[in-house]
Amino acid sequence: MDLSAINPVLLIAAMIAAATPILLAAIGELVVERAGVLNLGVEGMMITGAVCGFIITVNIGSPTVGFIAAAIGGAVLSLLFAFLTQIALANQVASGLALTLFGLGLSALMGQSYVGIKPPRVEATPLGPLADIPVIGPIVFGHDMVVYIGLAIVAATWATLKFTRTGLVLRAVGENHDAAHALGYKVKRIRTLAILFGGACAGLGGAYISLVRVPQWTEGMTAGVGWIALALVVFASWKPWRVLLGAYLFGGITQLQLNLQGAGVAIPVEYLAMSPYIVTIIVLVILSADKSRAPGSLGRTFHASG
Amino acid sequence: MKFTTLMASAALALGLAGAAVADGHEKTKVGFVYVGPVGDGGWTYEHDQGRLAVEAEFGDAVETVFVENVAEGPDSERVMTQMALDGADLIFTTSFGYMDPTNNVAAKFPDVKFEHATGYKRLHPNVSTYSARFYEGRAIQGHIAGKMTKSNIIGYIASFPIPEVIRGINSAYIHAKKVNPDVEFKIIWAYTWFDPSKEADAAKVLIEQGADVVLQHTDSTAPQAAAQEAGNVITFGQASDMGQYAPLPRVSSIIDDWAPYYIARTRAVMEGTWEQKDTWDGIGAGMVGIGEISDAVPADIKAEALEMKAALADGSYHAFTGPLNKQDGSPFLAEGETADDGTLAGMNFFVEGIEGDIPN
Repeated sequence: MDLSAINPVLLIAAMIAAATPILLAAIGELVVERAGVLNLGVEGMMITGAVCGFIITVNIGSPTVGFIAAAIGGAVLSLLFAFLTQIALANQVASGLALTLFGLGLSALMGQSYVGIKPPRVEATPLGPLADIPVIGPIVFGHDMVVYIGLAIVAATWATLKFTRTGLVLRAVGENHDAAHALGYKVKRIRTLAILFGGACAGLGGAYISLVRVPQWTEGMTAGVGWIALALVVFASWKPWRVLLGAYLFGGITQLQLNLQGAGVAIPVEYLAMSPYIVTIIVLVILSADKSRAPGSLGRTFHASG
Repeated sequence: MKFTTLMASAALALGLAGAAVADGHEKTKVGFVYVGPVGDGGWTYEHDQGRLAVEAEFGDAVETVFVENVAEGPDSERVMTQMALDGADLIFTTSFGYMDPTNNVAAKFPDVKFEHATGYKRLHPNVSTYSARFYEGRAIQGHIAGKMTKSNIIGYIASFPIPEVIRGINSAYIHAKKVNPDVEFKIIWAYTWFDPSKEADAAKVLIEQGADVVLQHTDSTAPQAAAQEAGNVITFGQASDMGQYAPLPRVSSIIDDWAPYYIARTRAVMEGTWEQKDTWDGIGAGMVGIGEISDAVPADIKAEALEMKAALADGSYHAFTGPLNKQDGSPFLAEGETADDGTLAGMNFFVEGIEGDIPN
């Protein structure tokens, strides 16, 4: 065992990067679910965002444009889900699953000629001397822009849901769509906008995998992150800061267990491998012991004449 | 009485209909079950190349179908059953974790031939197993890695603790140690065949912990990308050439060539000569190829590696040649003794010098 091989600064920095895709996808899905819609297509929107971001970045040479394209790609795909569930009134669970399958297939098709290409590097945010501060520099100020955007989205989501009229309307639609409708709110329009937001966030998260984490395009490369994000929203009791906590816990323990394995720590590997899932679930379940519950209209189809 | 007659004639009619369908069934249908996507650039990609080779060889006489991203375990049983019900004559199941599902489904469809890659269970006469002696390629990788490492730390991204993976680790270690007594292996078990983020993370962790060679036994090219990003790290293509990462970080590769085997087995089914067998071929038979050793490897090391390749191919050298001890110090092979296939197929121990335990 050689724990000195582990560099805690690099470990924490890696943890933040590892958590970002899950965080982005989960915060988007949180807004969707708070509006009363269950979109199981997160994985499909992520992989579509991953391929859109990759293609645009490689062709245009700018990761920033690539990330914007990824958000648009995810949002466009989610529009399909919005059409199916809000206009055609299809079952949300079935539509979401179909969206995942469709997204995986579509992205494989789109990405065929992009296998093995190296995308331009995503640079760290130019924060000048801040990044040179020992320890704190690499941990807090050494990341690329998307990490900070992810944190900003969490904070903005929390503030919007808690303090603004928009947030109140969104929650009302999610809690009781009939009452919200009776008050004159456009339930379908609000839900569609929430779904678009969720799609954009998932797309951004997907692109973070294909442009920063790995960086390359491989079919099916999100490999289940979307499902973890979905589970995280539930375990986080639909609360933004708990989503952040859960994502960092999951990303952090995943990194930690790989580091411990590399250092040859005498904990059986099978326990290390399952630890991110177990610890995240336990912590969030303990936290959710308060009276928080799912939005009242979650997963229910809304029809104005009903 | 009348009812039984009815049932009997119905059964007869069905039987005739079945026979008619069987007669009209000219195309041989070959199914493939894949653990990852066909575009993984590694393991599944090469199996799919084999499938395409079967199509190219037999043209309209065959029809191939495949299902990708099939989870190991119960879900794979469902996929295989569906393939068999859809009229597949021959089904290749291409991951170790399909071992029990393959045998379970084979019991239900005695007329369908099953071929399971990298497993050892042939519980029914319609199940064959096939694998390649990847460990021969690992020996060459170990040699190059041992010679080229400067930090003397070699990182190894392992997938699951199964004999195939353990054999690879042992083979690489033995040959790295032989040329560099100070070499140390850091092993990370990823518990996945295909998860690019996790594979990249594992590679990054190994590099952060000082490894300047990263060997992988997972299917995607993500570790190659991570090594390229880090710089001054060498890697080897796994299952496929991964030549897009040459000359650095990828300095060589193990290439699986399944095409000749898939063509031969499909032909056997078409001609009705298919028999259960256990195939385990290596460099000599062409099932394991060694990708071009890039110019990043000094000429003398490259020459030694090619010499070893030739010796492994003609059988004059075996990758597991004694004297070797097991990890606990007990004797494994005596001076000059080589490991038999039975021991290799069930290998569940590290050789002496590797640190850490094999997970259960």
